[in-house]
Amino acid sequence: MGDTVIKVENLGKKYVIRHQQERYTALRDVIANKVKSIGRKKLDTGEKEEFWALKDVSFDIKQGDRVGIIGRNGAGKSTLLKLLSRITEPTTGSIALKGRVSSLLEVGTGFHPELTGRENIYLNGAILGMSKREIKAKFDEIVEFAEVEKFLDTSVKRYSSGMYVRLAFSVAAHMEPEILIVDEVLAVGDAQFQKKCLGKMEDVGKEGRTVLFVSHNMNAVNRICNCGILLEKGEISKKSDDLDQLTKYYLSFSDNADIKNMWINNSNKLMYENEWFLPIKLFISEEDGKLCDFIVENNRDIWINIEGIVENVNQALTLGYAIYNEEGTLLYWTYQTDQNEENWPKLKKGYFRIRSKLPKNLLNEGTYKIEMIGSIHFIKWFLEPGKNVPTVYFKIQGGLSDSPYWIAKRPGVIAPIIEWKAY
Amino acid sequence: MGKEQEFDLYIEAGKTEKQYFKDLWRYRELFFFLSWRDILVRYKQTVIGILWAVLRPLLTMVVFTFVFGNVAKLPSEGGAPYPILVYVAMLPWQFFASALQESSNSLISNANMVSKIYFPRLVIPTSSVIVSFIDFLISFIILVFLMIAYGFAPSIKIIALPIFTLIAFFASMGCGLWLSALNVKYRDFRYIVPFIVQFGLYISPVGFSSGIIPDKWRLLYSLNPMVGVIDGFRWSIIGNTQVYMPGFVLSLIVVAAVFITGLLFFRKTEKVFADII
Repeated sequence: MGDTVIKVENLGKKYVIRHQQERYTALRDVIANKVKSIGRKKLDTGEKEEFWALKDVSFDIKQGDRVGIIGRNGAGKSTLLKLLSRITEPTTGSIALKGRVSSLLEVGTGFHPELTGRENIYLNGAILGMSKREIKAKFDEIVEFAEVEKFLDTSVKRYSSGMYVRLAFSVAAHMEPEILIVDEVLAVGDAQFQKKCLGKMEDVGKEGRTVLFVSHNMNAVNRICNCGILLEKGEISKKSDDLDQLTKYYLSFSDNADIKNMWINNSNKLMYENEWFLPIKLFISEEDGKLCDFIVENNRDIWINIEGIVENVNQALTLGYAIYNEEGTLLYWTYQTDQNEENWPKLKKGYFRIRSKLPKNLLNEGTYKIEMIGSIHFIKWFLEPGKNVPTVYFKIQGGLSDSPYWIAKRPGVIAPIIEWKAY
Repeated sequence: MGKEQEFDLYIEAGKTEKQYFKDLWRYRELFFFLSWRDILVRYKQTVIGILWAVLRPLLTMVVFTFVFGNVAKLPSEGGAPYPILVYVAMLPWQFFASALQESSNSLISNANMVSKIYFPRLVIPTSSVIVSFIDFLISFIILVFLMIAYGFAPSIKIIALPIFTLIAFFASMGCGLWLSALNVKYRDFRYIVPFIVQFGLYISPVGFSSGIIPDKWRLLYSLNPMVGVIDGFRWSIIGNTQVYMPGFVLSLIVVAAVFITGLLFFRKTEKVFADII
């Protein structure tokens, strides 16, 4: 324990992007260019662009570490894994590895659909570097883990996608590498299987082996890993043993400037002109009123805050919000007048602030839109839903449940945690 | 230096890995498994299965015997019946041709594996050649029947046959390595290869004896590596045919050159396969 098993120094990978639509180099062009360039010295115009998928990355990983590699799409995670598993060659820097490396970058690579499950186990095992003897010894375990006993002699093109994935993962997981590299395989398969895979990876870690795990699923990363590397634009932006902190840091940057979780009225009074109410602010906050991150974990309460000026008091004045999911489905409307009358917040003339708690563990993962709505009840809308009203967004990611069977977004509009009891 | 001993594997930019051939040894069973897969897959859902390996050379032999032997009335060699003369040449040629076709496409058709899993890439084209070699062995059985049917006994020289088979193997490997690596980058080779194969069938002495080539052209003719192989096959099976020695040596040199440069070229481009495939 404690030995360095992976040592990466100044690792970089450069790709050359051609700004031409042609996918493959045609021999004709190469010959044509060669002929042309005899006359002129340099023909290459700025059609090529260099792109560093990974730049100056250095880190050490100790034996038995389970490392989560976190980052957005295009941050260089897959490139890093490809370099570590020797699929492609680095442009700069070096990697030193100790022990056998097994990588699972895509489930079922090397499977042949025409072959049977049994045949594919041998074939895939051999591709991953196992000897025939090893595969034979592990055969029963692989089959048992994959739960495909009955279909061993059926060609895998007849398998359900779940069976296919289970079998593929099972072969890779049973090769007992000293270093296991896994890329996002948990995106496929059902919850039961995902749990099984996570368990297997945890076991691998417990046996003193090293695991490198890439996933967008922060729940899964948190469960498996004991430390993490955060990649951003091909460079390591943070490395930490404190996964919680790393996760928070990762989730804190929001990409899109137009999609914000705070709206402020930029003195455009006319736009919302009416005789009762002028909206000033709409924002999402923490319990203490502090503006929260764009991305929120589902296991935290958040607050929807409305601030504005009441111009004329009216008994029927209602204010609230409408919430929509990514597909634009309205989830619900709510007003400050939802409860019984004693509990309504009082709206007096002048500046006021009201807020409403959005309970934790209610929504599913995804981006949500909140519109401020307001009306004189049953008489007139002055902030009508969908009609250019103040709008904010937030995103729920992670923290769905502590259940080991629930690690990813579930189907359905909402994802409440509902109590179950024996009786 | 003591620190260097700690790790099993070093990957450094721009350096060829030292343990490539060690890896090749580690993955030795993969040669077998990939060939096994290709054969298994090829004959799944076919009715006559492996018989196809036999039918192709057999039918070509019939056509060639008819065209060259009966219509063009070209002379046979060493007193062998014309079908045997043709079939003996057809064996190595068919092996070479199918090895070329299969291996040149092998990397592309396994693109998914190349871009997702590490193993020495050399395994892929090699196992394609092995598959063709197995077809070759099967077709060989037909030759035995053919010789029994014509009552034609081979000479003692047949013990030299493995040597010529080996030369055919290296010729196929050399060309296969070149073409498979080139095909990854320039897909044009997908169209060039069938042309080479078609053309090659007529410029190699398959349907006729190489004895009919005028002497002044023979050395030039031997630049085709398959000329030496085919002559060798005829010499060792039919027995009393002539091998044109300078030509044979030249063929050998060409085979060696193609194989070595092919291997070097393949190794050099191998590292970027995953990026450009």
